[in-house]
Amino acid sequence: MLNELGHFALILAFVVACAQSVLPMVGAYKRWPGWMAVAEPAALLQFALTLMAFAALTWAFVTSDFSLRLVWLNSHTAKPMLYKVTGVWGNHEGSMLLWVLIVTLFGAFVALLGSNLPTSLRARVLSVQGMIGAAFFAFILFTSNPFLRLEVPPFDGQDLNPLLQDPGLAFHPPFLYLGYVGLSMTFSFAVAALIEGRVDAAWGRWVRPYTLAAWMFLTIGIALGSWWAYYELGWGGFWFWDPVENASFMPWLIAAALLHSAVVVEKREALKSWTILLAIIAFGFSMIGAFITRSGVLTSVHAFATDPERGMFLLIILAVFMGGALILFAARASVMQAKGVFGVSSRESMLLVNNILLGVAAFVVFVGTIWPLVAELFFDRKLSVGAPFFDLAFTPFMVLLGLVLPVGTQMPWKRAKLGRAVAQLRLAFVVCLALAALVWAMQSGRSALGPVGMFLAAWLVAGSVVDLWSRTGRGGGRLGRLVRLPRADWGRAVAHGGLGITMAGIAGMLAWQVEDIRVVQIGESFEVAGHAYTLADVHQQDGPNYRSTFAEIEVRKDGREIAVLHPEKRFYPVASMPTTEAAIDNGVMRDIYVVIGDPQGDGGWAVRTYYKPLANWIWGGAILMAVGGGLSLSDRRYRVAAGAARRRRAPGQVAAE
Amino acid sequence: MKRLVLILALLAAPVWAVEPNEILDDPKLEERARDLSKGLRCLVCRNESIDESHADLARDLRLLVRERLVAGDSDADVIDFVVARYGEYVLLKPQTGGSNLLLWAAGPLMLLGGAALALTYVRRRSAAQPVGEVGLSDEEQARLDDILKRRRAVASCNRPDLWSDTPEHPRKGEDRERV
Repeated sequence: MLNELGHFALILAFVVACAQSVLPMVGAYKRWPGWMAVAEPAALLQFALTLMAFAALTWAFVTSDFSLRLVWLNSHTAKPMLYKVTGVWGNHEGSMLLWVLIVTLFGAFVALLGSNLPTSLRARVLSVQGMIGAAFFAFILFTSNPFLRLEVPPFDGQDLNPLLQDPGLAFHPPFLYLGYVGLSMTFSFAVAALIEGRVDAAWGRWVRPYTLAAWMFLTIGIALGSWWAYYELGWGGFWFWDPVENASFMPWLIAAALLHSAVVVEKREALKSWTILLAIIAFGFSMIGAFITRSGVLTSVHAFATDPERGMFLLIILAVFMGGALILFAARASVMQAKGVFGVSSRESMLLVNNILLGVAAFVVFVGTIWPLVAELFFDRKLSVGAPFFDLAFTPFMVLLGLVLPVGTQMPWKRAKLGRAVAQLRLAFVVCLALAALVWAMQSGRSALGPVGMFLAAWLVAGSVVDLWSRTGRGGGRLGRLVRLPRADWGRAVAHGGLGITMAGIAGMLAWQVEDIRVVQIGESFEVAGHAYTLADVHQQDGPNYRSTFAEIEVRKDGREIAVLHPEKRFYPVASMPTTEAAIDNGVMRDIYVVIGDPQGDGGWAVRTYYKPLANWIWGGAILMAVGGGLSLSDRRYRVAAGAARRRRAPGQVAAE
Repeated sequence: MKRLVLILALLAAPVWAVEPNEILDDPKLEERARDLSKGLRCLVCRNESIDESHADLARDLRLLVRERLVAGDSDADVIDFVVARYGEYVLLKPQTGGSNLLLWAAGPLMLLGGAALALTYVRRRSAAQPVGEVGLSDEEQARLDDILKRRRAVASCNRPDLWSDTPEHPRKGEDRERV
């Protein structure tokens, strides 16, 4: 019964979305307030209905209702409750439902908080958002309906893929989708602005929070996924340049570019058409991501649900939205006239450099990702493009970006003197160079990756410090002024510093990792990177829905015990699938990472030990970036604007309704 | 779904990549073998190198690479040998010849193109006349007056200017200095 209600709510939501995409658009064109006013209640209703459908599906998973085909395929009564709930989006149909739920959530946000938007712009934004919703509702209902029933409900389910039964991966998709779909909001704003033919500073200000939020969520989502890969896949890799990873990375890069170009629109009314184009492309990459993950065109480790029919449907959605938006862009871009005037050396130009580097980096990832397809279709060559290509082709742009970034933050708007910006950073530069030289001397005979990475990292962090400090003016009381700086300034510095921390982590881990593979008898000791390891015990034990080979390894440094690690090998009988649970001793300066392997013929066990310097800095930096985004999002100018809207509504509320 | 689970079971749970008994005694050769393995694709896997994969075929390839190295082949010889047997699909780092030139040149070309476009844009911007200071049209001015009047009537609080820039303290005189 509940399932049918959910199904029905989903169909209703589709109908509402169709109405929402047509009526307000016509109303805005004809200047009919009544038709435009349809948008807000429709957006709220659409969200409520989708939430109902989602709740119904969640309930089916929680109660293990195996009469639903989806639940039978992806759940099991013995599965822990957490994974019963997260199993809702651990599959194609459910994750699409989550996706569309977030589309409607953002629509509801605009309906609730968008009272300071011009009426016609708001109607058009919600209408475009409705179109996106309608397209994905249709996709769900016609190709991947989660509410399909089984005629004879089986006794028990087939269990969720054990790799997904993990806290890191359980919350990875919701964050990613919040990011992907957040970009649908900027897309809607871009298309609505093209139809309106008006892009100004105010537009930049309305779009920026959504871009910031989307970018922040993408950062968290990507970091969660990478962290999961690090501890779950069993060899401590954190990024594989897999098509699906690239699918999430490209929108992140473009969103980062959009974030910066929207600043130029907001503060200087320049780069307008470029920003609009970026907003369109960013959502395009989100949809390409959905297409790559769900169509099976590109082989990948974690593509799920590969079905040509669905792929076709998604490709049509992608083509219609991108084609439509780009045609509109070509027709209307000339309307948007830049106002701000700025010199060749100025903050604006530096932000443009940022945009070029991020844009080209995203383009390189895109070309590398689809090249196997292109080569096969057009040149009849079957080839692979893997990590070695991306490492070589992508990294230079990030190095350039890191070099330029601190200089850019020191540049004033309009017209700047490069010399003055550089002068502020002279001391920082010298200190970073000295640090790099020290690293170089200490690691003698290894690759340049370590010193170069450390230099860039220190340069970014020092640049952020100089950035904040230089904003406190001269004379006494600078510390007090530092604390009272706008949160946007803090956000910028924290996020940029976070990028530096991440770079330090990546360089440190790749340059100085120590790996050891050997056969160890129980009770035997061995040494890796200055730490002594003893395999104390290996035994079998049972988990809730798996069997485990459970090892105990003691780690000593200078004779003192610093950790007892329990690496596991699990076997999930229902899915008949093994997983590795690495044991990690987390530290600020290093991770110790131990994996237990197969029993050997002589009674020993294969053991892999890694010493990973600065590993946690990778994710620590990502967290800092997200925090920076959050700080920026909570800046006074957004809060004040929202407050102003509320105050304005209070006296004349009747008129608004 | 079954097939998917099977694929994942085979490929995505690399319980074990390089086994202890595969490792060569000579650490120099072993290091070369590891480096080579990182650039070779496990053919039955999805986007994994033979160094990371625990599929049987990956193991065979790892052993093959080590055999060739022990036999005295150079790195390039080993790669050629593997490519001759399995085709260029096996290379994770695509060759630079032929149409792949496009792939490798894509980034640098795009950077040059982008830089050229940006430079023309910035030059135009720096030469352009400021538009913003032209002022409002009569209609806009009337609307603004109207809004200001109404706002003053509603609340006389001293609201900060919403459109102000972030403070840029020590940069006074920047405009004066420029020629």
